Amino acid sequence: MTPDGSILAGEGLYKTYGHTSALDGADFSVHPGEVVAVMGPSGSGKSTLLHCLAGIVRPDSGSVRYDGRELTTLPDAERSALRRTDFGFVFQFGQLVPELTCLENVALPLRLNGTKRKAAEATAREWLARLEVDDIHGKRPGEVSGGQGQRVAVARALAGRPRVLFADEPTGALDSLNGERVLTLLTDAARDTRAAVVLVTHEPRVAAYSDREITVRDGRVRESLAGL
Amino acid sequence: MSIGHTLLGLLESGPRHGYDLKRAFDEHFGQDRPLHYGQVYSTMSRLLKNGLVEVDGIEAGAGPERKRYAITDAGVTDVAQWLQRPEKPEPYLHSTLYTKVVLALMTGRDAAELLDTQRAEHLRLMRGLTERKRQGDLADQLICDHALFHLEADLRWLELTAARLDKLARAVRG
Amino acid sequence: MTTLLGTRPTGSRSGRPPHGPPGGPAAWLRDLAMGARFAVTGGREGWFRTALSAIGVGIGVAVLLLACSAPTVLDAWHGREKARENLGQLHEPRASDRTVRYAQADTTFHGEPVRGRLVRPDGAHPPVPPGIKRLPGPGEMVVSPALRELLAEPGSAQLRARLDYKVVGTIGDNGLLGPRELTFVAGLDDRSAGEAYRISRFGKLFDPQPPSARLVLLTVLACVVLLMPVVVFIGTAVRFGGDRREARLAALRLVGADIPTTRRIAAGEAVVGAVLGLAAGLLFFLTGRQAVGAVTLWGVNVFPADVVPSPGLAALVAVLVPAASVLVTLFAQRSVTAEPLGVVRNRPVARRRLGWRLALPLTGLTLLLSLAWDPQAVVDDWFHVVRLALGAALLLLGVTALLPWLVEAVVARLRGGPVPWQLAVRRLQLNSGAAQRAVGGITVAVAGAIAIHMVFTTYQAGYAQAYEESARRPVIQLSGGTSDGQGTRDALATLRRAPGVTWAHGTVRASAAPAGDRGTRDPDGYRSVRTAMVTVGDCAELRRKARIGSCRDGDVFVTENRGDRATDPAFVRPGVRLNLNPPEGYEVTGPPRPWTVPDSARRVQGIRHPGEDLPGDVLATPGALSPARLQDPTMELVVGYDKAREAEAVERIRTVAFRVNPGLRELSAIDNPHDRQYDGVRTALFLGAVIVLLLIGAGLIVSTVEQLRERRRLLSVLDAFGTRRATVGWSLLWQTAIPVALGLALAVTAGIGLGTVLLTLSGAEVHLDGAVIAGIAGSAAGVVLLVTLLSLPPLWRMMRPDGLRTE
Repeated sequence: MTPDGSILAGEGLYKTYGHTSALDGADFSVHPGEVVAVMGPSGSGKSTLLHCLAGIVRPDSGSVRYDGRELTTLPDAERSALRRTDFGFVFQFGQLVPELTCLENVALPLRLNGTKRKAAEATAREWLARLEVDDIHGKRPGEVSGGQGQRVAVARALAGRPRVLFADEPTGALDSLNGERVLTLLTDAARDTRAAVVLVTHEPRVAAYSDREITVRDGRVRESLAGL
Repeated sequence: MSIGHTLLGLLESGPRHGYDLKRAFDEHFGQDRPLHYGQVYSTMSRLLKNGLVEVDGIEAGAGPERKRYAITDAGVTDVAQWLQRPEKPEPYLHSTLYTKVVLALMTGRDAAELLDTQRAEHLRLMRGLTERKRQGDLADQLICDHALFHLEADLRWLELTAARLDKLARAVRG
Repeated sequence: MTTLLGTRPTGSRSGRPPHGPPGGPAAWLRDLAMGARFAVTGGREGWFRTALSAIGVGIGVAVLLLACSAPTVLDAWHGREKARENLGQLHEPRASDRTVRYAQADTTFHGEPVRGRLVRPDGAHPPVPPGIKRLPGPGEMVVSPALRELLAEPGSAQLRARLDYKVVGTIGDNGLLGPRELTFVAGLDDRSAGEAYRISRFGKLFDPQPPSARLVLLTVLACVVLLMPVVVFIGTAVRFGGDRREARLAALRLVGADIPTTRRIAAGEAVVGAVLGLAAGLLFFLTGRQAVGAVTLWGVNVFPADVVPSPGLAALVAVLVPAASVLVTLFAQRSVTAEPLGVVRNRPVARRRLGWRLALPLTGLTLLLSLAWDPQAVVDDWFHVVRLALGAALLLLGVTALLPWLVEAVVARLRGGPVPWQLAVRRLQLNSGAAQRAVGGITVAVAGAIAIHMVFTTYQAGYAQAYEESARRPVIQLSGGTSDGQGTRDALATLRRAPGVTWAHGTVRASAAPAGDRGTRDPDGYRSVRTAMVTVGDCAELRRKARIGSCRDGDVFVTENRGDRATDPAFVRPGVRLNLNPPEGYEVTGPPRPWTVPDSARRVQGIRHPGEDLPGDVLATPGALSPARLQDPTMELVVGYDKAREAEAVERIRTVAFRVNPGLRELSAIDNPHDRQYDGVRTALFLGAVIVLLLIGAGLIVSTVEQLRERRRLLSVLDAFGTRRATVGWSLLWQTAIPVALGLALAVTAGIGLGTVLLTLSGAEVHLDGAVIAGIAGSAAGVVLLVTLLSLPPLWRMMRPDGLRTE
């Protein structure tokens, strides 16, 4: 944990893709059990910030500290391992492996971590129940609705008991009722497990589920005072 | 919408006659509701009384009102505070917000910050409503949703405006 | 799946649709042309796909063209042989200005057969075979270019010593069967006088013999087995990169093309691949043809110019290949509907039916087994040949049809396992179409290759066994015409002096009929009669043939155990009268030549030497029966040698024998010519299998990379939550390996099955060459590995977070 009590903190993050600057000195931090919404218009660098924080991409400069470790200098394999063990991910769409059943999809990260299949699937089953989609466990993603699929994705992200959950527009492809239900389940579960949540969204109604929001504009973070 | 603050803001770029003030107001903000002279006089006299403006000079001439008003330091502070203060989110807020943004741009203030502050205020309210909704019954949920949708619309407008600030600044100044 | 949308003519509501309602040849042409344009536009990848299809189809077409050339090649070959040959005229012509005495003088050098002919003109205007300007005189010869080269080689000292003629010319191409043929024509001298016969012209050859059951079997099988994979392969090749094309068709549907239109566009695209493939095939064929001259298979070496596809068959190929490609495409489209918002495969499909898939190979098997009652019938009856071909074809086709069912059935039962395995299995459970298509090609090709191979191995094993048996004894048998006993004695003396020769024996033999027996005439006019074999030799030579005990010149013996000869010479006994000029053949010359086996002739036990002729029914010393009295006396020499004493012993014996009499024929099994042919066939089969595998591998790579690209986002997500690259890499490997392994298992089973049935049909013992099967399986495994390895770089690339971007 960092001195200020945050579990994950980025500082002075710069990242350019070609000639396009995606992050231009962004700062960020999140505490255990805290849900932080990352807002901002399209192309503002929200997703890049998430990728940097999650160790998916290495920023050009700046530091990302997770639980006392500097992520930016960690070798690729260790960052991958960290993502398997400590982080969870929910994306907007296309994240479920279409060939695997919903249950197998949820069990996948656990199995990647070395959990035995039976145990992994038992845990997965619990999480599916918690996300209220236990009935579709044997179906493939192509056979379930968007809302159900997204719940499966949330179950998958949470099943590994991540300490940080990264959610990139998790309800972007859902209607509002479904979206709200998914968000409620997601934030409730995260709070229960004291997971920090980085919730990237451009929708205020989604951001409203957070404890605090920050706005990314032109690669810089504007922390909103009102939230503090 | 506060006409007083708007007129004060208009004066920040330099002293103006009452007539000029009306014309500037109409040009920028009076799209569907032009200002009456009467409103200008009454507002200015209130501002004079509060020490936010002063009479810069009276020109000789035939017209009834040839006073030139200038903003005082207190007036500048008042405008600044007004601009910084987020509006209480409520329906049809955008005309006020619009005025604020334009004025901020005209007076060289940070309009983006103004918008961010307002966004944060909107979100704070939304967060509250969302929390209430999570705990409330169906009626609560429906009421909260109604409010949330309006707030969301405002926020969209704020986003859009934020995205178009540069363009708006050119239009206002040019 | 037909939707309401699909059956409704598009554009009926408003505006002009991009593609009007179907109908009329104009619409057809327009759609085909549009498809054609898609085939050649579409950037580097589009070209790659089209090129791959074209190469695949091209290889198939080249093989087809080669097959179409077989009749012309055989005709040309036979024609060339006939034009330069005369195996003897029914009525030997009288010596004249226009006749020539002619003899064969074939020899073997280091296992290579060398065709030799000897000529001595009777006058100034003898017939001259093609390719030769002037007949060589005594001590002269003309040689083929290949023989000229061989003679010039440093290791050919024995051959130079053997063909001790002055080279006076080179035989032109029209006097050769193929560019690598080793042949010479030399002047005939007295040494071979006994071998020679008189001819008045060249260009006379027996009509080709009716082929043996084995040959028919092999030929029919080779055609079916070679062509079936080609057909399947062409079907696979035109669909390389099919998924991508289907996605494009979906886009076309979105802008209003209806289903028939998309099918026509798909067909148009396939036609381009097929037409380019035809061109490529012609190119491959023409290029490959040049190499034909350098290849000698089964002693057949042909001129590239002789390899001309028979026009009718070639035209058939040119029409059928594009037509087949269109049909295959349409057939494939049957189960796939391009909907505006994507490609809908007919899922969930009803489980693949086993019934008809099993019916195909079973029908094939039944057809083949029905022949088993009467294998010999294959030779006689075209109906049987058709049954054989159809049976083999159905069996192989059945394998291709069975594969999708097998893959589905097996994969459906797989569960559990580590994550990569699970990913691969699940993927295959959901959609194994592309993999199956590619693997289907492998399966039929490999099954065919194994079947051909088995048949070869078995026949080969038969030859090899025979050769091994005879070659175990270091013995060369020589046989040739002679006029008296002295020639044999001289030849033996010369041979015994040759380095490496350990011993040499020889007798003169001829046949004799019972006196007074006129024999019978068959409808062709050929007269045949019971004959006995008469062997004449010194006591020392006869002692090797039978346990004669004491012997003096003038003695005669009758052997008791005569073996199982076809014509029973039971008439031979002491005191019997024989006719030394047996009335045999189309034309019987000369009066009967009576000779009585003396009453004093002793009955003795004959000695049978393995690999050598029977001892003979009557053994006579020259004092009792002069060889000069025999009709067509033949000297039979047996020479033992020791390679330890002289490495070139065999070649030396041949040289000595040739110098004694160029017309001496060698009857030994020292060099097994089949060995090298076998190696050649094996190499060719192997090479063919590997090329097919590589090509299918290329197709697999295309579909794998396409699949990866489709799943770019998913791959990025997998990377995001920390999936090891190796995990995804392994799943790719399994995804390719499982269908290939199943296909191979099926192919090996079917191949061995087909081979066994065919061999049983021809009454041969079944042999399996495990090395070749292992080799083919190994190559397939290698291809799987290669496909996976080559798919890894794109995989790594696509596992980057770029795929996560939604913008």
